[in-house]
This record gives sequence, structure tokens and C-alpha cells, in this order.
Amino acid sequence: MAHVDDKLGNAGEMLQNVVAWPLGILFKLLDLPISAIQRLIGIRRMPWFFLLPNLAFFGLFVILPLLMNLAYSVTGGTQLFLQDRPITGTEQYRFLFDCGSYADPLTCREDRFWKGIFNTSIFIFFQVSFMVLFSLITALVLNREIRARGFWRAVFFFPVLLSPVVVALIWKWILLRDGILNAFLVSIGLDRILFFVSPEWAMFWAVFVSIWAHLGFYTLILLAGLQAIQPDLYEAAEMDGTSKERVFFRITLPLLWPNMLVVIVLALIKGVQVFDEVYVLTGGGPGTATQFIVQYIYNTAFTNQVQNFGLASAASMVLGVVLFILTLTQLAATRRRDNG
Amino acid sequence: MKTSLKLLAASSAFAIIACGAASAQTELRMMWYNDGNEGEVMQSILDRFETTHPEISVTLDVVPYQAVLESLPIQLAAGNGPDIARVTDLGGLSQYYLDLRPHLQDAAYWETNFGPFLKWLDPDGDAINGFMTQLTVTGPYINRTLFEQADVDVPGAGATWEDWAAAVNEVAAALDIPIPMAWDRSGHRVAGPAIAQGALMFDAEGNPALVDEGLQRMSQMLYDWHKDGTMSQELWSSVSGSTYLGANEDFANANVVMYMSGSWQIPQFASTIGDAFDWWAVPAPCGPAACTGMPGGAALAAIGDTEHPEEVAILMEYLAQEDVLAEFYGQTLFIPGHLGLAANGIEFATDDPRAAHALATFSAAVPTISPVAYQLQGYPSNRVLFNALISRLNEAIVGEISLEDAYARMESDVTAQLAESSR
Repeated sequence: MAHVDDKLGNAGEMLQNVVAWPLGILFKLLDLPISAIQRLIGIRRMPWFFLLPNLAFFGLFVILPLLMNLAYSVTGGTQLFLQDRPITGTEQYRFLFDCGSYADPLTCREDRFWKGIFNTSIFIFFQVSFMVLFSLITALVLNREIRARGFWRAVFFFPVLLSPVVVALIWKWILLRDGILNAFLVSIGLDRILFFVSPEWAMFWAVFVSIWAHLGFYTLILLAGLQAIQPDLYEAAEMDGTSKERVFFRITLPLLWPNMLVVIVLALIKGVQVFDEVYVLTGGGPGTATQFIVQYIYNTAFTNQVQNFGLASAASMVLGVVLFILTLTQLAATRRRDNG
Repeated sequence: MKTSLKLLAASSAFAIIACGAASAQTELRMMWYNDGNEGEVMQSILDRFETTHPEISVTLDVVPYQAVLESLPIQLAAGNGPDIARVTDLGGLSQYYLDLRPHLQDAAYWETNFGPFLKWLDPDGDAINGFMTQLTVTGPYINRTLFEQADVDVPGAGATWEDWAAAVNEVAAALDIPIPMAWDRSGHRVAGPAIAQGALMFDAEGNPALVDEGLQRMSQMLYDWHKDGTMSQELWSSVSGSTYLGANEDFANANVVMYMSGSWQIPQFASTIGDAFDWWAVPAPCGPAACTGMPGGAALAAIGDTEHPEEVAILMEYLAQEDVLAEFYGQTLFIPGHLGLAANGIEFATDDPRAAHALATFSAAVPTISPVAYQLQGYPSNRVLFNALISRLNEAIVGEISLEDAYARMESDVTAQLAESSR
């Protein structure tokens, strides 16, 4: 037996040498220029050197487009290239914010922008509330010793893997006049419901489909939080004869709160950005009942014959400010969670 | 060994010659969308072109129609467009077209045969940018089998929209058909009937003036039809903005008695419906001002940013030849946008009497089209008017705003967009 172990040990050592040898050469080769750079810029500045590729990528694909968007938002006309566009200053912003009353989109000059904000707010309110509630319930159930737990976890996570367009098309086929759901309603003697004609139903299904598609992701975050709670706490509570409700409200929920906060903020950010699923599912209709702010931006920039990039950019900047605030909140929440 | 060397040398020489030939070949890209079988027909014509012109290869990039509407303008503005594109926003993209005139061998042929349509592509000049792959006329189809089953007379020539609404409601009620009347969700489709009701679309100076009594009359009619069930809320109300939606599938499934669309549906109905029922094109219903649909169509336009204008012109001249176009229109069942062929008649590749009748009906409608409709079609920013019309009218139909508010919003939308485009 010892003989076999020796043989295995030797083989492992050999493999290590085979792998280590070229790596060693590679590191030595890399060491030459890196040492030279270190001598040139000093060891204190070396972290910047290592961050440079990432910073360049971030700058090129995030900061630069953001600055360009800002520049477009202070220009007008339909020309594509910035240098050809006349500068209009804050005119696009004034156009967006020109309202008789912000509570009534119909009094605004650009009523669809405000309808987009109004619809997005309603969507976020219901979507985030129910998303958190259902993902918490799902996580609590999946955290218990149930039969085929792995299977159920996979079932709830599966929709997350689907493309938003696929999700929307699947549900559209279910909900159409001649879809599966209406066929079922008719088969049990009820009338067909034209789901995409009623503003209330359209908003309901936009929220429902969004929750169905993303529930698994948030459940996973909460599940991780639940599994991080020390079992001793539950054992101690059980020995004390604490009721299940009290255990939930006094142990589970407070200890899960940092994860909940992350879920809430992430769901808020995703909610503000909602576009693809709802665009395919309802097209923003009926009327403008499910037309959200991102669709407004898309329509303004691309679907009109006069492609108003300036106005779309101004609306994007407004959206960007909201997302920035939400991101800061999310960072603060994450920091708070990490600090216990 | 010697044989191997010889083989190697020969294959190397062949490779060099082949590479040389390939590098001498000019590659052209043509952006294309399909309504029916026209992509296949065009591809077979291009294959023949390549055999007679080995120095030019053409790639047919078939894209969704939405990409032609939304992505192509951005590509053209960025200078990354194709060499040739099939477009429907004829005048709206005129700034990006190539003037083929200096490269054509026989510009007079183009002027003679495509004369009036050249202006659609270049409203302010006299350039030759391309030719119409199809001329379209908007108008309704009916399911004549349903009329016969319901024992309702099909309204005759000169029938008004009100007459048709009454008739299709009678048919739908008798046979329990869910949608008596359906229209494509498109401002272009509404424009013809609005002109029939007296809409002028432009003021005395020729500036766009969308909202007038005629347009209000048609809008009110459409509004009322959605409320009383003549038209289904599902089609127009299930999307937002200016999104296009057709009722062709519902019509093909016999869920619709009358469908307001246009001549481009003929090849599709010939293949999807066939003889399942009598789908019948009828003349444009009348209003107080006219009995008119809207003209329109798609054009194959050469793009100005091409690096190969000479080769593009060679290809366009080949495609615009009378015999080639006769084959194209005949195979695709498209109304010809070539005056010579229109006058001499096309041998359409169909033995379907419904398709033949539809082609005859729409061809006969061309002379009855109102001059206002031609003026609107030739207006480069007509989609601004169409989009304002359909999106705001729809908001009124679903109850978000009143019709009066919708009219005010139509006007402010048009004013704001035209102001933006004129900066």
C-alpha cells in the first residue's frame, strides 16, 4: 500500500515539475519588463499599472459613452456625428421638464416621458415588493429539508438562464387571444380575456413575467444568506421553546436583512432598466400603459423618422442619475452587510 | 519526387491565379427585406448576373423589415451602409442615395420608365437613385366566402366606409366572426381613407397640416368602430407608439370579414390562404372627397457611400432591364413600378383567380388615387405625419386621452419633430 502511495507521490511531483517548468519560464520572461517598469515608475505606482487594462476598458466602454451621452444631450438636430450637431444647451432638458403639473403627465409638453416615469414607478412598486416577498418565501422553502431539494432549486433558477426575449415570447403565446390560458378559460366555461387590451391586465402580466423570470436569482442571494445563519441560534431558540413566528422575526429576518437590502436595491435597479421583456410582451401597450422610460428613450432615438438623439440622451441622463443614486445605495447596503 | 514537385507548383500557380481573380472581383452588398418570395426571386436573378459579370459578386443581406426602418438610417448616417438597399422610406433617406445618372449608359430609359417614381426618391432634385421593386396601393380585402355564407350582398362600386361597416357587421353577427373589420396599425393605411373623407394633409403653402375636418371625420369613425366592436381593440391597442401590426394572420384564419391593408399582401395570401376561402380585393371605399387608397412601394436604391459606384450602376442597369423586371414582378406578384411594363401588362406567375383578381383590382385603383395621396407619399417627412396620427389616435382609442387632445398632440408632435429635423 505504501509502495502505491510512493508511486502516486512521485507521479504527482513529476506532473508538478512538468507544469511548473514552463510557468517558471513565463514568469521569468514577464519579470523582466515588469521589473523595468517598477524601476521606472516606482513600487507605489505599480497598482495603477495593474489596474490600467481594466481602467482602459471601463473608460472606453462606460465613461466615454457616458460623456458622449452628456454631450449629445446638449445638442439638437438629427445629425449622427457630434461635430455636426448644433449646441442647444439645456433646451432638451427644459423640453422634458416643461410641465403644468408633474402629477399629471398630460399637462407636460413631452407627455410620454412622464408617462414612462409614471409607469416605471408603478411597475417598480409592485415588481420589487412582490419579488422580495416571493423570493423570500421561495428561499425559506428551499432552505428546508424537502424532498428533491436540488431539483426544486434548479426549477426556480432555470428561468434566469433564459433570454428575456424568449421569456416574453413564451408568455405572449400563453396569453394571446388564442393562447393556452384563454383556451383553458374557455374549456372551463369562462369567457376569453384579452389580456393585452386591458391596461390593468397588461401591467399585471408585465410584473408577473418579470418576477417569474428573475425570481431564481434573488432567491439564490437570500438562500445564501439563510445558509450563513448559524444553526446554533435555531437550536438555542428551539431549546427555549420559542415559537416559529418569533424565530422568524427575531432571528431569521434580522440576520437576513443585509441580503434583503441587496435584493431590494438590485431589484430596484433592474426595475428602472426594464425594457426587453415588456417590449416584446406588450409592446408598451395598450396605448402607453406599459411604456416604460427605457422604451421612451429607444423610441425617441430610433423608431421615429426624426431620430431625436438629443432628447433621448437628455432622458438617458435623467435615468442615469436615478440609477447612480440607486447604485450608491446598493454599495452602501453591501458595505453594511460585509461589515456585519 | 518530380511528380510531387510538379503538382505542388501547379497547385501553387492555381492558388495564385485564384487569389488574383478573387481580389479583382468587386463585392457588393444589397440590404433586402421580404414580404413574400421576392428574396428568392432576386437571388436567382443575382446568380445569373454573377455568371454574366464574373468581376462582380453580390451578397443579398436579408434583414427584418424593422431593421430597414430603424437600423439602416443609422448605418447610412455613420457611412457604414450597404451598396444598395431596398427601402420604403423613399424620400426620407434621399440624402444618402447615389446619383446613378453619370454612371448609366442610358439615363433616358430610366426617365421614360421610372419617371414619376424617381421624384419619390429625390423630391428636390432630378437624380436617378434607383427603381421601384414594387408599386403598392392600399385597399381592403374581404372574405367573400363569409359574405356568401351569411347571405349578405357585397357592397358595390361607390360604397362608402359606412356601407362597408354595416355590411361586415351583418356578416360577423350572422356567423359569429370575432373581428368584423381590421386595419393594419399604420398611419399610412389611415391616410388614404382620411383623404377620402376630405383630409388635405397640407396647407395652401404646401406645409404639412395634418389635422383638418377630413382627418377628424376618419379618426372619429375609427374611434367609434373600436367602441362598437366593428374593429377589435386587440390589434391596435395591444402595442404602443407607432409600432406596425398587421391583421394578415387573423384574416388568413378567417377571423376577419374585411381587412384594410394593401397590394403587397397578394403573394402571401396566395400561398397562405390559397383556395381555403375566397379572399377578394375590393376597390377603395369612398368618402365625400374621393374613393382612394394610398400609393407607396419599395425601391431599390443605390447608396452614395459605396466605394464601387461603377459596379453598382452596372448591377442596377442589369436589374432595371425590362425583361429582368418583367420576370421579377411576374414571379413576385408585385404591381410593376415600370411604366412600360405597366402599360403592356405583366404575365403574373399565378393561376389563382383570387390573386389575379386582386392584382387587377389594385392595378385598376392606381388611376383613381387622389392627388393629395400622391403629394403625401412624395413628402419626405411623411412618416412624421403617419406616426403622429397612428400613435395619438391609438391613445384616444384606448381611453388615455380624448380625441380633441389627440388632435392637439398630433399637431404638436409634428411641429416638434419637423423643427428638430430642420436644425
